[in-house]
Amino acid sequence: MPATTLSKTAAHDPRVFDLDEMSLRELNQALHNLAPGSNETAWEVLNPKGSHSVAVGVDQPVAIDVRGSVGYYCGGMNSGSAITVHGSAGPGVGENMMSGSITVKGDASQYAGATGKGGLLVIEGNASSRCGISMKGIDIVVHGNIGHMSAFMAQSGNLVVLGDAGDALGDSIYEARLFVRGKVDSLGADCIAKEMRTEHLELLQGLLDRAGVTGVKPSEFKRYGSARTLYNFNIDNADAY
Amino acid sequence: MTYRNPPTTPRKSATFDDYTLSEIRRAAATGIYDIRGAGAKRKLPHFDDLLFLGASISRYPLEGYRERCDTSVVLGSRHAKKPIELKIPITIAGMSFGSLSGPAKEALGRGATLSGTSTTTGDGGMTEEERGHSKQLVYQYLPSRYGMNLRDLRRADAIEVVVGQGAKPGGGGMLLGQKISDRVAEMRTLPKGIDQRSASRHPDWTGPDDLEIKILELREITDWEKPIYVKVGGARPYYDTALAVKAGADVVVVDGMQGGTAATQEVFIENVGQPTLACIRPAVQALQDLGMHRKVQLIVSGGIRNGADVAKALALGVDAVSIGTAALVALGDNDPRWEAEYNELGTTAGAYDDWHEGRDPAGITTQDPELMKRVDPVAAGRRLANYLKVMTLEAQTIARACGKNSLHNLEPEDLVALTIEAAAMAGVPLAGTNWIPGKNGF
Repeated sequence: MPATTLSKTAAHDPRVFDLDEMSLRELNQALHNLAPGSNETAWEVLNPKGSHSVAVGVDQPVAIDVRGSVGYYCGGMNSGSAITVHGSAGPGVGENMMSGSITVKGDASQYAGATGKGGLLVIEGNASSRCGISMKGIDIVVHGNIGHMSAFMAQSGNLVVLGDAGDALGDSIYEARLFVRGKVDSLGADCIAKEMRTEHLELLQGLLDRAGVTGVKPSEFKRYGSARTLYNFNIDNADAY
Repeated sequence: MTYRNPPTTPRKSATFDDYTLSEIRRAAATGIYDIRGAGAKRKLPHFDDLLFLGASISRYPLEGYRERCDTSVVLGSRHAKKPIELKIPITIAGMSFGSLSGPAKEALGRGATLSGTSTTTGDGGMTEEERGHSKQLVYQYLPSRYGMNLRDLRRADAIEVVVGQGAKPGGGGMLLGQKISDRVAEMRTLPKGIDQRSASRHPDWTGPDDLEIKILELREITDWEKPIYVKVGGARPYYDTALAVKAGADVVVVDGMQGGTAATQEVFIENVGQPTLACIRPAVQALQDLGMHRKVQLIVSGGIRNGADVAKALALGVDAVSIGTAALVALGDNDPRWEAEYNELGTTAGAYDDWHEGRDPAGITTQDPELMKRVDPVAAGRRLANYLKVMTLEAQTIARACGKNSLHNLEPEDLVALTIEAAAMAGVPLAGTNWIPGKNGF
């Protein structure tokens, strides 16, 4: 395919970008050029081969299928698009996502969903350390396990883990809610297990439904959140800082 | 009549001076370290320790007020499609909404815009006040990412990735509960009234190789339009500058230890980092060694007060300076007109630095609705513009006297140092000698 042409075989076929033939810059520029209401709602990215910053800053409600694994920051600052990575994702997938969704069919590296403000991030494999770090409203559902220091300084939103969590889960957490089905190696400073009330079971069921998780009951999870003892400085808590 | 031996004069310790004793008593009473705003207050080698030589038989001056002396500067020409063009080489440093009141942020934007320069957001996101009143606005990308969003990133004129600041290289932000109002809490996605502790490291990158990828992401998101600055505290200016350039920065900002903060531990402010004067030559040297001097622009901040400081920084190879503390003073910070209220707070005009408490009589470092009414954004913006104008005229006066038709033509050869320390740091001769400490084996 020539470097400057797009394949578009039929009206409803996806617009295909082959990163072996075209540059990352051309891909992101084309996505940013989308006008509100554009009928180019389906996109397909071929041969990502670990490229960084694939489909970052997209602000239109289009579907983007990435056929392969991506490097850092795929879907960064996503605002409304639905991105599916048919492979694994490098560090910072969905960082600072505003809205929309990102689904990773494989595993995710560090900082998945870091500082995310909204939208839904689904990792169908495992996520590495610092998953949901500094999250600010995003919902994250991980089918597998998550690594250490996940939900560090998590401010708002929900992190759902169907597997296990590593050390120091939720260290210095603010108001984010953490739901873990498996074991937690250890909790971080000011993070405690909390009662799972009816409202939380309903919330969790909704998150599982949105993430396409079946055969798993909310009652199988434990809830974790902030003890709120570090919200205002007290010298007697100095050892916890 | 009994004879009494003559007494000695009571002698206080130079080591345990009055301030030190008061701090020990305060720590013993409260059990918490002292937190305050502003930058290092200790005496440091500074621009005052440098002098310009002026013109003589070997150099002839330009006519003051007649011959042109250019002050403009372009920032971000390395990679950005839309570099920032400033009329003066003095910018307004990043200060957050939250630490500062809304009217104060608006006044900074108004003053900068009147002067043809840029202002900068801070660790609290972008407000409509400052965006609306700032023709050129630099959007800080901080470890906390409070309020960071796609729309504001795209409506910024430049992006500043903040790695550190001079008052606290290696430290994160701090905003105590008194200032976390409803609006501040909403912008930062935090509960109202908590003591906010920002992270000191970015959540999704560590090290220069990651930074390069992060900068690529920011460029891709903004279609390579906007200059990307990297701001570091004055820790290791040679290597930090070199690594920022390697990571792809358009502009490097180096903030010395006199640079202010909204709130940090006193022990951190006074004991970590290097003086601004000590940071400049290593940063310039890094750019020169990489062949990037004047291609990647260098901004220096921390203790810039007047046109002489501006001229000296530029003569040492800097492209522009930033001011924070001085800009707040121009708005009305620490004004003696509020002396009675400063006294009630246990301080005095000129020494007030409890900016974190939110009780600023001048209405600048507060979120109190009544106190912030004391800042008239239009009048305060005008004062800032006046001050920037004076600084620019002062710098031009010196440059013309040195025979330069542009502030950026000032050079180290125009300078001498008054002290051995300043001569060594600035790499210029000690006055009356041709000795530069550390050069030529001496």
